[in-house]
Amino acid sequence: MRFSAAALVRGALTGNRDWPRQWRAAAPKPTYDAIIVGGGGHGLATAYYLAKEHGLTDIAVVEKGWIGGGNVGRNTTIVRSNYRLPQNAAFYELSMKLWEGLSRDLNYNVMFSQRGVLNLAHTPAQLDAYAARGNAMRFEGIDAELLDRDAVTAMVPHLDTSPSARFPIVGGLLQPRAGTARHDAVAWGYARGADRLGVDIVENAEVTGFLREGDRIVGVATSRGEIRAPKVGVAVAGSTSQVMALAGLDDLPIESHVLQAFVSEPLKPIIDTVVTLGAGHLYISQSDKGGLVFGGDIDGYNSYAQRGNLPIVRDVAALATAMFPNISRVRLLRQWGGIMDMSMDGSPIITKGPIDGLYLNAGWCYGGFKATPASGFCFAHTIARDTPHPQNAAFTLDRFRTGRVIDEAGTGPVPQLH
Amino acid sequence: MLIPCPHCGPREVSEFTYIGDATKVRPAPDASADAWSDFVHARRNPRGRHAEHWQHTAGCRAIVRVTRDTVTHAVYGASLAGPWGEGEAR
Repeated sequence: MRFSAAALVRGALTGNRDWPRQWRAAAPKPTYDAIIVGGGGHGLATAYYLAKEHGLTDIAVVEKGWIGGGNVGRNTTIVRSNYRLPQNAAFYELSMKLWEGLSRDLNYNVMFSQRGVLNLAHTPAQLDAYAARGNAMRFEGIDAELLDRDAVTAMVPHLDTSPSARFPIVGGLLQPRAGTARHDAVAWGYARGADRLGVDIVENAEVTGFLREGDRIVGVATSRGEIRAPKVGVAVAGSTSQVMALAGLDDLPIESHVLQAFVSEPLKPIIDTVVTLGAGHLYISQSDKGGLVFGGDIDGYNSYAQRGNLPIVRDVAALATAMFPNISRVRLLRQWGGIMDMSMDGSPIITKGPIDGLYLNAGWCYGGFKATPASGFCFAHTIARDTPHPQNAAFTLDRFRTGRVIDEAGTGPVPQLH
Repeated sequence: MLIPCPHCGPREVSEFTYIGDATKVRPAPDASADAWSDFVHARRNPRGRHAEHWQHTAGCRAIVRVTRDTVTHAVYGASLAGPWGEGEAR
């Protein structure tokens, strides 16, 4: 079924009782041309682009839980491509261009809203650094605008831009094309899109091992039986170390850390963009339902618990109220945690190998959501053609050994600082 | 999360700064580049029991070797890092 204005009218007139399932509840077949482990945003996007761009439709996506239950539903929904390093800028800009056409491509409204992302600068030196980053972005063809304090005040009137603010604001760097998207719709839209092209989405199937023939990976053992395929792609950020250990790789440059996110009770519209603090770490936007959606730093220690601890709750609340003093009495509605693949240089890994028949997509730190379309697009290319797409050629696994790290933050091999 | 500092007793986690995996052993200065890369980058990243270094930065400033569960956040024990350490967590 295609969504259209006529379909909406028909749905409304029939009491919205007849909307069909958006994807089949597939049982796994014994063999496929390719298996994607992980039914998150990246895994589903990979399957979708494998089918759409490379004609590989005999694919299974194997998911431990249910679609939309992992990190794709646990982020703060921000989409941006305001990176300085050329490898990151080119990759995330590819993602941005895919985002711009995604709802039409999927025939599914992902509610992509280009409301802008504004990074605040609190010192003249920081504003200089933003100018340099903005210039680097413009060289890559990405939009960037440097704002002074008056322009920031005009754009976000509730922000405390007074000289007596806890973190006085001198300006900011704005990416107007950046914004937010509805994260569940991204998962559902890719699942539906892949399903329509013939991909089997197998939920409640946990991978418990890899099948080998000689030195090759030839499939996976799951809680719903063995599934064979000549190509197995792993896109399970958060649990990468655990799944790859099943293939004998227990020394990846990744640590799992917990990142918390927060939603307030619904309010009248007060923030129509995404604002990020440049002193400390906080990013805040307002959902269509009116809730303020915000997050801060990761808790900062290895964790697989999908919940964090109170010190970060306190830090985040303090920073949010320092930026917007008028929300100091707003109550939190929900708070949750997601598990991040924190890589050693803050950049992702999308690569063939390191074992024949195996492909790895990992290390997203806490930037995975905005990367979803490009991650799937590039990973699909890597799997289908056994060679990386130009936009993920730098995201190798052996760059750590060879010293070709992509360290956007410049903080070195310390995962909790990226 | 409370970490039992051997000098100060049980203290709130926000007094501590995380250093990381305590099982990594620094190679000899003339070890191979691969050995150094392994020390700097490669992590076992276990789900469950994890030995890790924390520094009590807002307390006695000692570096403490802590054994903690990465799923439940339960802290099993802590001892001083290096040759001063003792007991289970060493």
